[in-house]
Amino acid sequence: MRYLFRPPGTDGASLLALPWHQPLEEWDPDLLLEVPQRGISRHVVRFVAEQGRVFALKEIAESLARHEYALLGDFEAEGLPAVSVLGICVDRPGGQDAILVTRYLEYSMSYRYLFSRPSARQSVDQLMDTLVVLLVRLHLAGVFWGDCSLSNTLFRLDAGALAAHLVDAETAERHPTLSRGQRHYDLDLARERVGAEMLDLQFGDLLPAGVDPIEVADSLPVRYERLWEEVTREEVFRADEQRYRVAERLRRLNDLGFDVGEVELVTSDEGARLRVETRVSSPGQHRRELMRLTGLEVQENQARRLLNDLRTFRAWLEQKTGAPVSEAVAGIRWLAEVYQPVIDAIPPDLAGRLAPAEVFHEVLEHRWFLSEREGRDVGTTRAARSYFSTVLPRTPPELTTPSVIAKRP
Amino acid sequence: MASIEMRNIVKQYGDGYPAVNDVSLDIADGEFMILVGPSGCGKSTLLRMIVGLEDITSGDMVIGGKRVNDLAPRERNLSMVFQNYALYPHMTVFENIAFPLRLSKTPDDEVRRRVNEASDVLELKEHLERKPANLSGGQRQRVAMGRAIVRQAEAFLFDEPLSNLDAKLRGQMRTEISRLQRRLGITTVYVTHDQTEAMTLGDRVCVLRKGKIQQVASPRELYEQPVNLFVAGFIGSPPMNFLPATLEGTTLQTPFGAIALDEQRAAAVRGRELLLVGIRPEYFEDASLVDEVKRPVGSVFRARVDVTEWLGDSQYAYIPYEAPEAITAQLRDLSRELDSEELRTQAIVSIDSTSRIREGRDAEFWLDSRKIHVFDPQTGENLTRDAEAGARLTQMATEDRVEQVEHAQATGQTVGSSMLSGPSGSSGTSGTSGPSGAHRSGAA
Repeated sequence: MRYLFRPPGTDGASLLALPWHQPLEEWDPDLLLEVPQRGISRHVVRFVAEQGRVFALKEIAESLARHEYALLGDFEAEGLPAVSVLGICVDRPGGQDAILVTRYLEYSMSYRYLFSRPSARQSVDQLMDTLVVLLVRLHLAGVFWGDCSLSNTLFRLDAGALAAHLVDAETAERHPTLSRGQRHYDLDLARERVGAEMLDLQFGDLLPAGVDPIEVADSLPVRYERLWEEVTREEVFRADEQRYRVAERLRRLNDLGFDVGEVELVTSDEGARLRVETRVSSPGQHRRELMRLTGLEVQENQARRLLNDLRTFRAWLEQKTGAPVSEAVAGIRWLAEVYQPVIDAIPPDLAGRLAPAEVFHEVLEHRWFLSEREGRDVGTTRAARSYFSTVLPRTPPELTTPSVIAKRP
Repeated sequence: MASIEMRNIVKQYGDGYPAVNDVSLDIADGEFMILVGPSGCGKSTLLRMIVGLEDITSGDMVIGGKRVNDLAPRERNLSMVFQNYALYPHMTVFENIAFPLRLSKTPDDEVRRRVNEASDVLELKEHLERKPANLSGGQRQRVAMGRAIVRQAEAFLFDEPLSNLDAKLRGQMRTEISRLQRRLGITTVYVTHDQTEAMTLGDRVCVLRKGKIQQVASPRELYEQPVNLFVAGFIGSPPMNFLPATLEGTTLQTPFGAIALDEQRAAAVRGRELLLVGIRPEYFEDASLVDEVKRPVGSVFRARVDVTEWLGDSQYAYIPYEAPEAITAQLRDLSRELDSEELRTQAIVSIDSTSRIREGRDAEFWLDSRKIHVFDPQTGENLTRDAEAGARLTQMATEDRVEQVEHAQATGQTVGSSMLSGPSGSSGTSGTSGPSGAHRSGAA
């Protein structure tokens, strides 16, 4: 047998003791972890936990495994929202298929979960828009997905919003750019698959009343066209409008979740022509800044939220001490005195239902809600206590992320 | 259903490299056409241009009489079979086949009619009300085919559909696809790099090399009357043997002795210093086992056997031979181009499984000199090709197809009784023409 994995290889090394020579279907259930948040797969897929990390193992033909391994590696390097690939195991005895190993996307939710709960906080609209953002991002990067479906997507909460990640790149193809035909065909496939998945939920009585699968599927091309147009269109306007039109366009793109790489403005007597080059990676400036100041790794909206809190904390420190406080010092103190105490106070039986940064975001929301009701600032500590006893328990236990389950005694 | 006509199709990428170079090909209504060739030959690009995934640099793509160059994939109404294998667990097998129609808001009775017809052809009838969880591998694939059938597309397109299946399922699916295509009589374009698939499935096979068509013909014509060295080497397994030869009078001098040519063939190859003789493995035999009647139509030679391979029903002997450096280099290039590992200065010779020829010893072999071909090593051209004999073989294949389709229709095995009728003719290597009688069924 042959194992291929990318550095850092410590994750890979810890998996080497698994019975790779056996078909996945015959693995001892004691080695495996039940993961509720998953879609439909036509392959055998199993989950294992090693040293507190959870991995998804998929048995597929070697050529497909190598293809997917290479693509997912590229996607990660480019910052495209996709699962992170660890490696592959090939040359298994008896001519068995290869196994592709990916890192489980922690705190993620499947569409089955999101749709089958009438109390779902996320509307169908929001889910479809999120999927379309992912598809447009991939298309901008020259990726033909070939199997865009809800099953092949996982959703994560990002400060209340949803973010979609690609989890299956088996059929994906990389091109320098996509032709219109390729984009439309990919979209046709997506429409059909999403429609079928929604119909399937309806047949299983898992779809809330009032959601029409065909309507939802048909909305996909419309949403896609709107976003694609918004992201790629060239604009022409009068020279005197130039200043605010450029700013307006950039803000609009940021609101849609896209970063701008380069702006090209060509002026002539008739006016100005604006072309913006949209970055394929999801925006990450807040994520990177928070990482620099605190070492925390969170998603973009969460990072923006946490940074705001950090800045408020810094201002408060400066006011209290009457002297300037450096960013670095504020970062370290905020982490130790504000963020960490909230996270450490999460009751053990509720841990893992939401990502820590999401919990912190919700605590801040809750604090605002309580403060408004009482007409004064209630403070983070009290808000957290109240949140843990009244709000967090309402988050369903089946959302608990597998790595937390794996660490339980 | 529809015919597909390609006129001078060119696909040029940004770097100027023509992935498809001036391809003209007519696929008759109801015909099963295979696009085959080694990787990089342009077969997938061509299929993608039919579907609408790749822009066409120049030329015309005409489907059902309509130019489709500028139409979106969806507007071409073609069906990529096996594009969606997913089975939806809460839906019955019926609904798993029906959903594309549900999504296009087809009326219920029409959905029922089409799904029932498709499930008849696919022998899924008794499973329709079940959930898909317990379907076998083959049945799952048939559900995927059912989805393609109910759409009533103009044509079926397959892009290497079997390449990721295990050997057993691959064999099964090959049979299924072939049976299905015959019963439906639907125009089918099938891309593969596997010459066995090409030979067993297609009415006609289009062999491509570096973006250019080499030959379009029935499998038998390709096998017996290849136009050039490339086609001869690509079609057939184990592959054709190529020996260096010189012509003396009407006799070819080869490492395996002298081979006599008739005057007509000798004239066709004359005037070249060096030649390549192509001999298929089964044109050889253990000389001691050859019928006395057959002996005179061939020649006999002695050679040392390197290895023998006994397979029960057949046996192969491997005989190394010497070749000038120019020939060795050319054969090496050819193997590389065909993605083949064969060492071509070693002949693979089929002998009767009862033969007692042994490894490491000299043995006497007979070869059937009627069936050899002689190639120009420079241009690769087959100098002894009999175009008329070839055209007859392809004509025979066309007649077989029409007869099979009529039989399927007569015995009521088809979807929609008005769907099928012959004949749709094709002949030779120049593409197809003539009447094509199939028309669309009921609810078009």
